[in-house]
Amino acid sequence: MSFPWANEYKPVHPFMRYLDERLPLPRFVYNVVGGGYPVPRNLNYMWNFGVLAGVALMLQIVTGVVLAMHYAANAGVAFDSVEHIMRDVNWGWMLRYAHANGASMFFIVVYTHIFRGFFYSSYKAPREMIWLLGVVIFLLMMATAFMGYVLPWGQMSFWGAKVITGLFSAIPLIGTPLQQWLLGGFAPDNAALNRFFSLHFLLPFVILGVIVLHVWALHIPGSSNPTGVEVKTESDTVPFHPYYTAKDGFGLGIFMILYTLLVFFAPNLLGHPDNYIPANPMSTPAHIVPEWYFWPFYAILRAFTSDFFFIPAKLMGVLAMFSAILVWFFLPWLDTGPVRSGHYRPLFRKFFYLLVIDVLVLGYCGGAPAAEPYVMISQIASMYYFLHFLVILPIVSSIETPQPLPFSITEAVLGKDEHSVLSPTSPAVA
Amino acid sequence: MVRLFGPLVGLFFAVALFWSFGNGAYNAITQPTPATVEASFHMHPKEIAFSFDGPFGTFDRAQLQRGFKIYQEVCSNCHSLKQVAFRDLTALGYNVAEVKAIAKNWGNKAQTFDPKTGDRGERPNLPSDHFPPVYYAGQGAPPDLSLVTKARHGGPQYVYSLLTGYAEQVGYKNEKGEELLKKFPDAKTPDGLYFNPYFANLNLAMPAPLVSDGQVTYSDGKTATVDQMARDVSAFLAWTAEPKMDKRKQTGWPVLGFLLFATVLAYLAKRNIWADKH
Repeated sequence: MSFPWANEYKPVHPFMRYLDERLPLPRFVYNVVGGGYPVPRNLNYMWNFGVLAGVALMLQIVTGVVLAMHYAANAGVAFDSVEHIMRDVNWGWMLRYAHANGASMFFIVVYTHIFRGFFYSSYKAPREMIWLLGVVIFLLMMATAFMGYVLPWGQMSFWGAKVITGLFSAIPLIGTPLQQWLLGGFAPDNAALNRFFSLHFLLPFVILGVIVLHVWALHIPGSSNPTGVEVKTESDTVPFHPYYTAKDGFGLGIFMILYTLLVFFAPNLLGHPDNYIPANPMSTPAHIVPEWYFWPFYAILRAFTSDFFFIPAKLMGVLAMFSAILVWFFLPWLDTGPVRSGHYRPLFRKFFYLLVIDVLVLGYCGGAPAAEPYVMISQIASMYYFLHFLVILPIVSSIETPQPLPFSITEAVLGKDEHSVLSPTSPAVA
Repeated sequence: MVRLFGPLVGLFFAVALFWSFGNGAYNAITQPTPATVEASFHMHPKEIAFSFDGPFGTFDRAQLQRGFKIYQEVCSNCHSLKQVAFRDLTALGYNVAEVKAIAKNWGNKAQTFDPKTGDRGERPNLPSDHFPPVYYAGQGAPPDLSLVTKARHGGPQYVYSLLTGYAEQVGYKNEKGEELLKKFPDAKTPDGLYFNPYFANLNLAMPAPLVSDGQVTYSDGKTATVDQMARDVSAFLAWTAEPKMDKRKQTGWPVLGFLLFATVLAYLAKRNIWADKH
């Protein structure tokens, strides 16, 4: 579906006409990210991050496929094969640093994309399906990133794998057999490393498939926009190309500059030194921490330190950690306010900024040692996290009085809208 | 339904967290965590400068050669360097003949195995060989040093601090003037271990390896003080951990320059295209 005023693809060259009649792939691309997709004219730079996430995934796939040509998924040689890539493979150091830091850039971009969705309530009707698919993509990303971090088979790889797969043992009755079945052993070893490698190669392509659905679902209602007012007339939109290809091009430049700074000048900044020590099941690191992008959820996992009635603390932690993401699936029905954009929701906006601070605090505590005061801080912060989504949002969306919305996107941009009218007989509203 | 069960789930987690928080707070007050000797006496690495610091820094080949000599004459008695091959030493400025000689004369020989006869033996190292493993008859195998500067917080500064940080434990005081054995009488270094406040648990099995000035004779005429030797070998180990560092930084600048130029162009193109839409 598209707006009736969308440009139509008109092949000029005879070959393109020939192709269009048999396999209209250029027409498809034109309608998805070309001149055939009308987009609200008022998108700000927060709307760059969807395209950037797509670029980040492509970078990961390209670097990852080449790395897989040189990597050996065997517990005996995995660590040395990574060092072989760093030292003896042509430009191998660049590929590996680009892949490791590419994962961090991917998460930076995706977290921004998700919080953009929170602020502008992008999850609201008619865009719930885009949001649900997005949460699925995020879950797949987390699984992929976790398994990728295991592959170098350093100390943090091994002990991270042990802690995270140990979460399954918290499930009553079937937990321990399930964990052993998933690992192919009692602890992470060659069997686990091999299946992690296999899945780490597979899942990015599953992500790609869900992204196709995510973008397809996006093209049904069209992109949201910072006012949250739906598109009314042609003057509210511009074609994706050249307007947003140009704007995304600039955003991509900034992204690549940050990425370059990490890869070439601080490639180990976001990593942990212990992962340059080969995996040793006999020696536990002093502090086991996952990669930075898991820290907020790791803090929630560790915040449950006491059994709650008959539920063991470990099971509570696991339930809470998964619920912290699963709760996003219910957002469209928890926040029922009629207005989308945080710009026009003064009360909602305050709680949104509180959530941002809360997640940053959780992230800081998740990277810190499991000691006081970090545990107590993460308990308070986890409490706010759950209350925010499950209690505060439903209440705020019921009681708040939103500020008046602009009449249309065009009016929001130009200050007047001469085209949109409430009815043919009424004058244009300023 | 969601608006009914959602708040219940939220309150469930909040109450469970409050319960954990209350227990934690109660324990923190009734049984405060005792101070540990590591928390009070472990030192962060000394802040010293290396030629390869910062985005423009490069390895100093003369220093790397001196550091290699320290590794060869001191460290290699116990520590292996298995990720590095003799051929890699050409990056330090040695020519092929010199590398061949270093490999051939290396104390530990390459291990051989003849699959036809089952005989095991040894032969002199070749430039294509990696540094051979070190078999050490002591308390466990000392760690391989190939990646040590990337595997420790502080990197080469940590290695330098450890090598120069050995101290007499009796009467040792930290910056606050607290005396270790008075504050923690049970933390006396066990026999066979050596006290070093830069090591994570303060006691390590390695005795101070660099003990006197002139322990190694430098071929470039530099005075081999303990401080100089520690600096040089730390620099050498930074190279073994990241031999492609110079190339990495050299590559980064043109990439960055291109991207800055392309980003400015992209910005101007964007402004031009959007000129009539604001």
